[in-house]
Amino acid sequence: MLKHILTSLTGGPVTETAPAPADPALAELAGKLDKAAKARLGRSLSIREVDAGSCNGCELEIHALNNPIYDLERFGIRFVASPRHADVLLVTGPVARNMREALVRSWDATPGPKWLVACGDCAVSGGLFAGGYACVGPVEEVLPVDLRIPGCPPRPADLLAGLLALLETSAAK
Amino acid sequence: MYGEEPLFGLLNRIGTPVEGHRPWPRYRLGRDGWLRLIEGLAGNGWSLLGLWGEPKAVHAAFREDFSGDIAAVSLDCPQGRFPSLSAVRPAANRLERAAHDLYGLVAERTTDPRPWLDHDAWGVRRPLSEQPAAPVPNPGPYTFLPVEGDGLHQIPVGPVHAGIIEPGHFRFTANGETVVRLEERLGYVHRGVEGLMQGRPVAEAAKLAARISGDATVAHSLAFARAVEAALGVEVPARAVWLRALMAELERIANHLGDIGAICNDAAFAFMLAQTSQLRERVLRTADACFGHRLMMDRVIPGGVATDLPERGAGLLLELVAELRKRFPPLVAIYDGKASLQDRTVATGFVSAELVTRFGAGGHVGRASGRDQDARRSPGYAPYDELSFEVPVLTEGDVNARVWVRIREVEQSLSLIEQIVARLPAISRGLDHPSVPLEAGRGGEGMALVESFRGEILTWVRLEGEGTVARCHPRDPSWFQWPLLEAAIGGNIVADFPLCNKSFNCSYAGHDL
Repeated sequence: MLKHILTSLTGGPVTETAPAPADPALAELAGKLDKAAKARLGRSLSIREVDAGSCNGCELEIHALNNPIYDLERFGIRFVASPRHADVLLVTGPVARNMREALVRSWDATPGPKWLVACGDCAVSGGLFAGGYACVGPVEEVLPVDLRIPGCPPRPADLLAGLLALLETSAAK
Repeated sequence: MYGEEPLFGLLNRIGTPVEGHRPWPRYRLGRDGWLRLIEGLAGNGWSLLGLWGEPKAVHAAFREDFSGDIAAVSLDCPQGRFPSLSAVRPAANRLERAAHDLYGLVAERTTDPRPWLDHDAWGVRRPLSEQPAAPVPNPGPYTFLPVEGDGLHQIPVGPVHAGIIEPGHFRFTANGETVVRLEERLGYVHRGVEGLMQGRPVAEAAKLAARISGDATVAHSLAFARAVEAALGVEVPARAVWLRALMAELERIANHLGDIGAICNDAAFAFMLAQTSQLRERVLRTADACFGHRLMMDRVIPGGVATDLPERGAGLLLELVAELRKRFPPLVAIYDGKASLQDRTVATGFVSAELVTRFGAGGHVGRASGRDQDARRSPGYAPYDELSFEVPVLTEGDVNARVWVRIREVEQSLSLIEQIVARLPAISRGLDHPSVPLEAGRGGEGMALVESFRGEILTWVRLEGEGTVARCHPRDPSWFQWPLLEAAIGGNIVADFPLCNKSFNCSYAGHDL
């Protein structure tokens, strides 16, 4: 254990440089955040993740953001345990009808100002599950979406770029 | 009853084989035959592999554990009713409830008739039956099983949990800190996979199969592909067979590494998660470099594989194995040597050998409680018959045993990757990637058993002549593991639930479909 800690101390960081904030994502966000929100948010962002019917592929990659290589927390972005602590809901899945109410309640429980990020192809468009009896379809059918991060699942670097865009926009000025 | 009559002996007596079901036979039974089968199931000799519905029929699959014989059975239910297996095979209960919710099939004399996947939110009842019905107006609340006693209180958790995990509901009844009973309610992630597959071309259905459970995407794709290939009698190129095994082992290692770290993290030992998540990332990046997708989604397709290993792939894989061989054992030594960690994992979340056998639970859940079952070995499939590997089995049945089974499996998979890389057959001339086209014009029924990182997946498929899926039932290993989690937590403290849960790591999406 001690040897491990010493190696880690002398070995230098494993964390990689951050990707540039995604430009299309930035453009999408522009104008959506009012000044008051920017002032209140500063440079920190608390995210509550809600799985609304994902295959768990997106969750695996969202988890990866917390590993030492992507180390999300260095940007002031962190995942929180309750929507009541969150600025952002990060929603995955084609909104299974069985999850619709839980998703809406989570959104209602999130204090404003708040944003909603649709993560992954299913959340963005309904993916392969759109049109079935069991899914509503894209998240925007249920709640207003501020940012879309496509991919099946999105790579951690894409997720990071999208979330950084959210932070940059909210912190501008 | 045990060993009284061989499975095929009984089935040949009470049923008639159905043509065109491969590679294992399917028997059509009459109602009397079905009742006779239920009598036979009272013993422990046969494991339930799955139970699924169709609008006017119910099917089940079994394995005789001693001989490894596998068979499917079917009962026509023109009235939409069939005698329940749940009294003799409790693992059948949730599958029967699911068949009821989707197809309207009523299990007679069932031990539990409550709805399971249907939460009264679809806007339709029995959506996959011949005549879907209108939803019930003002449905009552779901009734949880009654728990009575002095000083008991309930803790409802979910469907939205505190962590970044899938949705499900857990109803704990506790006396102080001690959990007296846990009842699960699942179905929140039901996306209607079986319904979406119907009538789709095989290639599209394969994409759905890849998204049944994202963490086992390779294994589910493989099970679907093998079932389709069995139905059509298709032989896939040798290189594809070996590449599939390569992807499956990479997936196994990545998941086990992630889970070992996460279990330790739930015991407040975050160091392990920080370390193993780096190793996991290393595996995913190698998978990405070799197959163009970190989770290798849509890479295993019916007929073969969708991408070939690039030239530098073999080198990358051997580097990965070498690095894991260097960095993983010291972490295992730390896991084994930390009293604070062992204090949480040893003797926590015990599941008896009797229960895992009764429920036919596979994967690390079964193998940590002495159930020596691995689909790679029995019934076995290529190329594992040519590879040397051990299936680790422990008997302690606690969180610690499940961690150790995973550790040993990582080691075995590393060796498997080395063997596969060394012996990978060459690609045939003129092919971009090893696969054969699936010709339309033939139908058939096929079944496959594939070992995912969390246990065996059963996939059954019936294909129409024009190359579309008439009916497909993928049964995730979680179906037989979720009920055991309820048993594992009993008598433990509430705070140990995350440890128990993570040591199982059942799939919500794979179960809810």
